Amino acid sequence: MDNLIIAGKPYSSRLLVGTGKYKDFDETRRAVEASGAQIVTVAIRRTNIGQTAGEPSLLDALPPSQYTYLPNTAGCYSADDAIRTLRLARELLDGHDLVKLEVLGDPKTLYPNMVETLKAADVLVKDGFKVMVYTSDDPIIAKQLEEIGCVAVMPLASLIGSGMGILNPWNLQIIIDNAKVPVIVDAGVGTASDAAIAMELGCDGVLMNTAIAGAQNPVLMASAMRKAVEAGREAFLAGRMPKKLYSASPSSPTTGLIGKP
Amino acid sequence: MQLTVNGTSHSFEHSPSLAQLLETLSLTGKRVAVERNGEIVPRSQFGETQLADGDKLEIVVAVGGG
Repeated sequence: MDNLIIAGKPYSSRLLVGTGKYKDFDETRRAVEASGAQIVTVAIRRTNIGQTAGEPSLLDALPPSQYTYLPNTAGCYSADDAIRTLRLARELLDGHDLVKLEVLGDPKTLYPNMVETLKAADVLVKDGFKVMVYTSDDPIIAKQLEEIGCVAVMPLASLIGSGMGILNPWNLQIIIDNAKVPVIVDAGVGTASDAAIAMELGCDGVLMNTAIAGAQNPVLMASAMRKAVEAGREAFLAGRMPKKLYSASPSSPTTGLIGKP
Repeated sequence: MQLTVNGTSHSFEHSPSLAQLLETLSLTGKRVAVERNGEIVPRSQFGETQLADGDKLEIVVAVGGG
């Protein structure tokens, strides 16, 4: 069985999905089901004081018993805020310690602040968290995050929410070649072919939110992404033919043609 | 006494326990996590945690996010 293994735990799906930007919790649930994802990211936010009792919650739509929750630090711009957020998340989810660390550097681009990310990763790993970390596609930083003890490195393909696809496959290739922990492309995937390309490069998985939630039909796109990740993975394992400008080697026999002497 | 809850000031005649505060806010039984003056309060200690004037509380939930 070709499982994705994160912090010792196997997952049959290599597609990880976010739960934001959906129309309602019902659409969230249907999209996540169609994606086949087993790991879903969630954000931690102040509760809405005075919210009506019985208002539906994300935990009702996606029961934590059926999915592995990956609380994130989206919106945090300092190591301290990220650390506080994940300590709250661990308490909220009964000691659950698998988390997604991201420390942003700039509200316009949402590009990560790697200095703060490195600081936070160090504290969190020492505090017993299993840290999956969002990172720039810098191979040296990615290696440092692995050496700190992060259980997965998650380089961007392009900026969060941009849908621009994989802009620097060569950096991703170097990160994959160097890494001993899973490499998961996080951010920038726009459509199914982007996810397939990431997997064909040898990424261990893909994490996305907007590519599904921002599609005209999110549930159908979730299904497309599931197939793209599976197809890309199989193509990677199969090993593609080499690229050649031309081959002079047709697929049909060169002998037995009619009309020859 | 004054408490700051999620950045907003709330007045109380008597100092409540954390469990009583959550009841006042209709959050009893909801899955929340609480930070008091920067320190996590374990759920098991909500009842015995007596709040004091000037306490700053953050009460959080899980929401959709990427």
